[in-house]
Amino acid sequence: MSAPRVSPIVVTLWRDRRARAGAAAVLVLAAAAVLGPLVIGAPSSELGDVVARRFVAPLGRTSDGALHLLGTDRLGRDVLARLLVGARVSLAVGVLAALVAMAVGTVGGAVAGYAGGALDRAIIAVTDAALAIPRVPFLLLLVALFEPGVVVTILALGLTGWMTVARLVRGETRSLRARPFVEAAHALGARPRRVVAVHILPHALRPALVAAALGVGNAVMLEAGLSFLGLGVQPPTPSWGNMIASGRDALMVAPWVAGAPALMVAVVVSALSLVADALESALAGERSA
Amino acid sequence: MRSALAGRLLLAVPTVLLVLTVTFAGLHLAPGDPVRLYLGPAADQAAAARARRALELDRPLAVQYVGWLRRFVAGDWGVSIAQRRPVTRVLGDALPATLLLTGLSLLLTYAGGIALGAAQATRPRTGLDAALTALSAVLYALPAYVLALGLVLVFAYGAALWDWPAALRLPALGAAGVGAEYLSPAARLADRLRHLVLPVATLALVGAAGVARFVRAAMVDALRQPFVRAARAKGLKEGRVLARHALRTALLPVITLLGLQLPALFSGVVFVETIFAWPGMGRAAVEAVLARDYPVVMAATAVFATLVVAGNLLADALAALVDPRVRVGR
Repeated sequence: MSAPRVSPIVVTLWRDRRARAGAAAVLVLAAAAVLGPLVIGAPSSELGDVVARRFVAPLGRTSDGALHLLGTDRLGRDVLARLLVGARVSLAVGVLAALVAMAVGTVGGAVAGYAGGALDRAIIAVTDAALAIPRVPFLLLLVALFEPGVVVTILALGLTGWMTVARLVRGETRSLRARPFVEAAHALGARPRRVVAVHILPHALRPALVAAALGVGNAVMLEAGLSFLGLGVQPPTPSWGNMIASGRDALMVAPWVAGAPALMVAVVVSALSLVADALESALAGERSA
Repeated sequence: MRSALAGRLLLAVPTVLLVLTVTFAGLHLAPGDPVRLYLGPAADQAAAARARRALELDRPLAVQYVGWLRRFVAGDWGVSIAQRRPVTRVLGDALPATLLLTGLSLLLTYAGGIALGAAQATRPRTGLDAALTALSAVLYALPAYVLALGLVLVFAYGAALWDWPAALRLPALGAAGVGAEYLSPAARLADRLRHLVLPVATLALVGAAGVARFVRAAMVDALRQPFVRAARAKGLKEGRVLARHALRTALLPVITLLGLQLPALFSGVVFVETIFAWPGMGRAAVEAVLARDYPVVMAATAVFATLVVAGNLLADALAALVDPRVRVGR
């Protein structure tokens, strides 16, 4: 037996500085989100003496001697603890929304690319029309029609972000359909669904991975935006967006309250766009090789 | 060229129709009874039945759809639940403010983005190129609302705190100062422009970062083409080679980029208008959502989508103007 085979794309990515830096940032944040609250304890909902404890500067201590690495907010709550729990909410919403978008886009794109004809034209028309709808106003509409909350946010973000994936998967599926190995699968008597699932999709999904990486970043950014407007994740559940909103009134007195979660959003988005860039050049290199 | 544009125009109609259909479907999927929303919880059965008939809610769905579509196209968009006045009036008041804000931002987005991208492409791998690339990556990753808050922090609060000259102390709220209506026309214009600086800067900085990335890539590509070498070989001045040959080629994909830029712009405007209390459609939509006033949100979405479709048509016409191949319809 030989050593376990590592996909060449992973090797290329590992050699790319952008991919290493981006992936490291995302992994550290995800680990902090999962482990952090276990280590420093979940933020307590007990408020105590708000006046004495509020707006403690980063690295400052409250009168009871508790250290606050990132300071406290206007209710005297520890910003770091809320940031870590907020990371769970924000990252989970981002990843789940991107998965919904991937699923819808993959099914739509594969059906359109494989079936061709009128069905293809209809799906393309819907995709193009959906691309013309500005995302945030449409999200506002969905939130207005249903109650704001975590589930609505995930579904709304997923159902407005599938178009790029659908286009990419459709294009790839169309070109793969004419390839000899797909023809061979047909000749062996495989049903269309099996041909698409087993033979086409594993190849067709690769370019969509770039869109998926960018999609997670976009979803994190939009979730924070919706929560910032008060229309996403509802307080007291912390999310980066509603933390930025709550720090907005104290920008001058306590810039760390809004600044820390804003920095987190920017880090996640840039890290994921680095990974996406690296993935794109790796895939382009593979194609030209 | 005319036939190609006519084709695009024909495609635009089903797109708008699809948006309206999704909007209508949303209206009917939503939980809650619209009659109750209009009349309030105290209304009795008879009044509710009367309202149901008046709003045609007792007719088959297909009939309702056709009727709703006909009224919507005719410009009858219903009544705002929260403000008790026609939706067309609510949005009509807000539309000019949004168009002013987005129009100016779009202009600066493209002017700034093309200038920066071209500057980078003609000096590849220099310090300036690297610095601008890093800057646009940061701006690109920064959500519009974070950039807006940062600008408010520096130019509204900070400028007052650090005693900056009055010209750099910028208003962060609203479209006009208190008592602006009593100023002379010139002073009123100056006041309006000062109020525009921060919101427009937010939208244009985010947009220009994206455009610059694109222009840089397209122009680096164009500069490698044989026709640029030919232009240089026949002794054209470098400026003319860059402007007439390289930049013009690089602009084509940038014009089609408008199709992606416009939806992003109309998404950003929602945040920017909310933060800067700009009396436009984005803010009207957010306020309507908070009041569960969905006729307004729905019409606002439809208007935004129509603006995007119109913008795309404009981009196609521009592309045909710049690129003779598109004109012939190849």
